Amino acid sequence: MKSQEYKSFGTALVLLVIAILLPWFVGDFAVTLAVNMAMFTVLATSWALFSGPTHYISLATAAFFGLGTYTTGLGLDHLPYWFLIPLAGVLGALIAGVIGLATLRLSGVYFVIFTLGLAEMTRQIITFVQNATGQKGILISIWFEEATFYWMLVALAALIFLVGWLIGRSRLGFALRIIGDDEEVARHSGINTALSKVLLFMIPGAVAAMTGAIMAPRYGYIEPLIAFTPMLSFQVVIMALLGGTGRLWGPLVGVIPFSILWEFLSASFPNQTTLLLGLSFLVIVYLLPQGFVGLLLKIKARFGGGRGY
Amino acid sequence: MDILITGLLLGGTYALIAMGLNLQYGMSRIMNLANGEILVAGGFAAFWFWTAGALSPLLTIFILAPVAFGLNWLIYIIVLRPLVRRAKSRGQLEVDSILTTFGLSFVAVGLMLATFGGDYFSYSYMLTPVEIWGQTYAVNRILAFIAAVVICGVLYLWLNRSRAGMSIRAIAVSPDSSRLVGIDVPRLAALAFALGGAITAVGGALVSTFLTLDASTGVIFTLKALVIVIMGGVGDVRGTIVAALLLGVLETFVARVIDPGLTLAAAYLLFILILLFRPQGLFGRRQS
Repeated sequence: MKSQEYKSFGTALVLLVIAILLPWFVGDFAVTLAVNMAMFTVLATSWALFSGPTHYISLATAAFFGLGTYTTGLGLDHLPYWFLIPLAGVLGALIAGVIGLATLRLSGVYFVIFTLGLAEMTRQIITFVQNATGQKGILISIWFEEATFYWMLVALAALIFLVGWLIGRSRLGFALRIIGDDEEVARHSGINTALSKVLLFMIPGAVAAMTGAIMAPRYGYIEPLIAFTPMLSFQVVIMALLGGTGRLWGPLVGVIPFSILWEFLSASFPNQTTLLLGLSFLVIVYLLPQGFVGLLLKIKARFGGGRGY
Repeated sequence: MDILITGLLLGGTYALIAMGLNLQYGMSRIMNLANGEILVAGGFAAFWFWTAGALSPLLTIFILAPVAFGLNWLIYIIVLRPLVRRAKSRGQLEVDSILTTFGLSFVAVGLMLATFGGDYFSYSYMLTPVEIWGQTYAVNRILAFIAAVVICGVLYLWLNRSRAGMSIRAIAVSPDSSRLVGIDVPRLAALAFALGGAITAVGGALVSTFLTLDASTGVIFTLKALVIVIMGGVGDVRGTIVAALLLGVLETFVARVIDPGLTLAAAYLLFILILLFRPQGLFGRRQS
């Protein structure tokens, strides 16, 4: 490791310790907000791991999240909670792999459409099965403090950052950077582009499913409408793009301000959330095409003697 | 037989909606994910004219079409053209236009929720039954189908017989080469986008005569239209019509025989099969 890397590693460690200690120093409301932030950090960072280099926009987050909540909901009678979280991850990765094989060979538009409908389709099927079997929702019998959810999510976030960092150093990461620059060139230099993309897509799939499995007890009662909210997918996309997908820490920079802003906006204008979500998309495309990261790098390049990265 | 006819009647209107999207995506290269909201807005307009002015939806479309045309033209010029200019590659334009039209669709849903509220709305227009081959159908569905057939037919003739139509088809095949033969691509792309929007809005007015809509149903129609366009082949009018009829019949079949809640899942299954076996569309040629 170079000295630059030691420095970033140290910073990350300090931030992690601060994040872990946070619940002891702030009030209940802030902890609840922090749970949301941690959840979106996890989702947005894993989303950006895939979508950053490949430029595919995935709207499948809600589908995998729902898969995770249902894994917990259905599995809790038979298996311990701690086992269900990695199980949800494995299921999510497998399903993401199958979806990736079917859609990632094709253009980006097909992928967006497919993932957009995925949550809706899964919801329709689950509702149908529930109606057919006469079962309604699922009650979840275990319960945790808000802070426990927060710590679980922080641990998952730390894991994702580690994985993201390792991928960045690996052959896969190198291949992905080339795919991101020019897929044609990547294919000609002997990179199996389809396989790399499928492998990478398994990460957000697994992570979103694990997040859903973790969060299920927080809802207490799960039914298709709660587990598969399409809004979740869009929020993740906005936060990740707002932060910027060019750096591993980019989505984090988007999640923190957006979660706070969203909390207050949706409290003051509860009926206009859809409108606000739409406006956020337009702001990102027209004003912040590279996200906050792009903005920071631009400022740094102007005032930092042009060194940049 | 009953399922087949109901399905075909439904598919006719789907064809019209998908045709609007196909014009926008195939010709002006903008994947318009706000398409469903234009449809719902068209439906709202028809509803409003019917309840406030007792104006028949079949007459409303003559007012609606030019208004929607102008509105979509403005959207293209103000919102989307800067993106087309900015984009360095087709891929970047694709990502930008997806995000922008998502944004527009949410803004539209938000505005419609604010003006009309979140209620379902429907009105009864021409709900008189007629009998075809021993089964009864509502007149409004048949009227909507006939209107859709007429509009699709006119559009097909225009695209295939007129000079402007030929230029538009040329853009669909190759925007770069059509510039070389003196076609004003930016102007015609805007025209195609506006025309697509107008057709979708008219489709919305027709759909609203027999389906219940609410401010946030747009996305369902967007999805269905997308599935049809991809199934029929991008820029292919004939394929779109066949795909729309196929989807209409399939949906009606699933709703009648299995469960009405599964119609989107059925559309999806069809989509997956197409992606796996014929990603170039039903009549498309495999690209090298």
